Amino acid sequence: MPKSSKVLESGPSRLTVRKTYKLYIGGKFPRSESGRTYVVDGDNVALASRKDARDAVLAARAAQPKWAGTTAYNRGQVLYRVAEMLEARRGEFTALGVPGSEVHAAVDRLVWYAGWSDKIAQVTGGANPVAGPFFNISAPEPTGVVAVVAPASLLGLVSVVAPAIVTGNTVVVLAAGPQVAITLAEVLATSDVPGGVVNLLTGRYAETAPWLASHDDVNALDLTGVEHPELAAELERAAAGTLKRVIRPGAATDFTADPGLRPMTALLETKTVWHPKGY
Amino acid sequence: MFEYAPAPESRSVVDIAGSYGLFIDGEFDGGKDGNVFKTVNPATEEVLAEVTSAGSEDVDRAVAAARRAFGPWSSLPGAERAKYLFRIARIIQERSRELAVLESLDNGKPIRESRDVDLPLVAAHFFYYAGWADKLAYAGFGPDPRPLGVAAQVIPWNFPLLMLAWKVAPALATGNTVVLKPAETTPLSALFFADVCRQADLPPGVVNIVTGAGDTGAYLVQHPDVNKVAFTGSTEVGREIARTVAGTGKRLTLELGGKAANIVFDDAPIDQAVEGIVNGIFFNQGHVCCAGSRLLVQESIAEELLASLKRRMATLRVGDPLDKNTDIGAINSAAQLARISELSEIGAAEGAERWSPACSLPDRGFWFAPTIFTGVTQAHRIAREEIFGPVLSVLTFRTPEEAVAKANNTPYGLSAGIWSEKGSRILAVADRLRAGVVWANTFNKFDPASPFGGYKESGYGREGGRHGLEAYLA
Repeated sequence: MPKSSKVLESGPSRLTVRKTYKLYIGGKFPRSESGRTYVVDGDNVALASRKDARDAVLAARAAQPKWAGTTAYNRGQVLYRVAEMLEARRGEFTALGVPGSEVHAAVDRLVWYAGWSDKIAQVTGGANPVAGPFFNISAPEPTGVVAVVAPASLLGLVSVVAPAIVTGNTVVVLAAGPQVAITLAEVLATSDVPGGVVNLLTGRYAETAPWLASHDDVNALDLTGVEHPELAAELERAAAGTLKRVIRPGAATDFTADPGLRPMTALLETKTVWHPKGY
Repeated sequence: MFEYAPAPESRSVVDIAGSYGLFIDGEFDGGKDGNVFKTVNPATEEVLAEVTSAGSEDVDRAVAAARRAFGPWSSLPGAERAKYLFRIARIIQERSRELAVLESLDNGKPIRESRDVDLPLVAAHFFYYAGWADKLAYAGFGPDPRPLGVAAQVIPWNFPLLMLAWKVAPALATGNTVVLKPAETTPLSALFFADVCRQADLPPGVVNIVTGAGDTGAYLVQHPDVNKVAFTGSTEVGREIARTVAGTGKRLTLELGGKAANIVFDDAPIDQAVEGIVNGIFFNQGHVCCAGSRLLVQESIAEELLASLKRRMATLRVGDPLDKNTDIGAINSAAQLARISELSEIGAAEGAERWSPACSLPDRGFWFAPTIFTGVTQAHRIAREEIFGPVLSVLTFRTPEEAVAKANNTPYGLSAGIWSEKGSRILAVADRLRAGVVWANTFNKFDPASPFGGYKESGYGREGGRHGLEAYLA
């Protein structure tokens, strides 16, 4: 349904201004460096290339230390701001065919994760009672740069991006529903999310995902949106080269259910610090 | 160095049989195709025993036994599983002298270490996870966490019984059954552990031990009826296992190699730091994945620190692992000795300066003198590759930023050390090190309550503590 070509009801002869759906990399909206587009529901959408994927990894890596170094409180504020912006732009998503209830669920999911930012470390970390005169504490830290093959729905997309970034990871997302994804990128771009924290690529993930799965500077791979088991297995094998953490497809299928902690903990490392006690 | 009279621990506390079968379904039996291999004492090259090399049919039988045992074992009340584990812990305590001597004989590590570090930690690990067996609903993994099924566990030769404990204790506590393959050069303590299981009346099939080399391990991890793979060993083999497991849905945890930086700042207490450096790299002959194999010392104190370190190294006693005065025992195998020697020669060839204290090494067995390289750069192979031996590479730095950058300049991320008297600096540096375990003003400390495991290519998952349960729960 080419929504953007509709003539406004109020004006007798005014054409609407169509939106160009571009990529979202490093906080900017570039076209694919390849110059390629493809048509989805009447819209021309950027068809991301291998080079775009690599540029997105660079942007994600560059943004990661600072984002991880932001206070947990601040990251929570930013995620809450994303929820506010998504709520405000609800109409844009329903115009794209996303059910209003799903937009609400996505907003609520963002609010839920926003609150986790400064609580997850207390739930998953803490003091360890070792048998000796030592201060010993474990705390979660973000894994780093996460490549995500996202599910097509808005709720699915939010449900894979939010748990990754709330703890300080940055992501390169291969998005399935391009108009919805890029509209979400526009939400992110106006929500105080630093450029590079979320990078969204539209196109054919089967083409770009292998490059991310084998990329040396990607720390984890979320395959939630991969539909073909054989491709998922191939990507998991490619990820073994640098021992990436892998979230397999099927880990989360019902995005309306309580996600639990796993979407966050799967992208966290536990660091344990020892120090002697003594006068 | 003071002359000490020899103080050997008696071998008579351990009775090693001439040959060993596989431990499958609660019984020892020979392998189907009759292949055996010898395990030797690396300190003397004396053959200790002949051990069965498990073939594919043997692994099939072991996995089948573990599968049969899984139903009853996983449906036992947690409190009952706990009591088996408490029994095992007690039996290990009671037999700890015997097991310590056995471990030193088969591995080459000093008796002081197997007696004072390995065995106490082994028993403590079983005690720790025994207590979890009936408390899993409170562990933070949901109200009704379930076991996975049959766990395939492959362990290395550097801490044979301790690595077994790290694998077996959490697996059993959570209701899984296991097939474990010990390393081919150190199979004996796992076979003695099989006897501990029998003494504890552990139901047949809950623990199965298959001995063999890499082929046996490869067959085990790719077995279709295995639900979980846990591996400790080299990063290369870890990659291969991750590839094998891809697409199968098996859960996987990997504890792999390391190239830990041990960072000494200019305000560090020098004597304590020197002890920490020595413990960091020479503990267990440097056969430690988390060994502090890269010393990063602040330039302004490098000269003083190195002089101290050399003085201290000159007092290290290398020799008979069963002698209670021994600090550094035998290298575990001829193959490992060859690798250490090769990388050390490369270190010298690449321009680093090699130094070892004067020390006489025994004529038989596999030995390597404690060694340091100075003038090492980050491009040198001895600064990048895991040597897994008593060889320390020394680099310098000027600022904390440089120290952190150099420390993190490795694909590994298992452990790191920080030496400084300034609390805020320790905490800031600890925050920025990409490593799973950070020892500040100490090194190589382990505890069953403390999670252990790596970042990046040092693997994934944690062993120890509450965190260690996750690897075995659905």
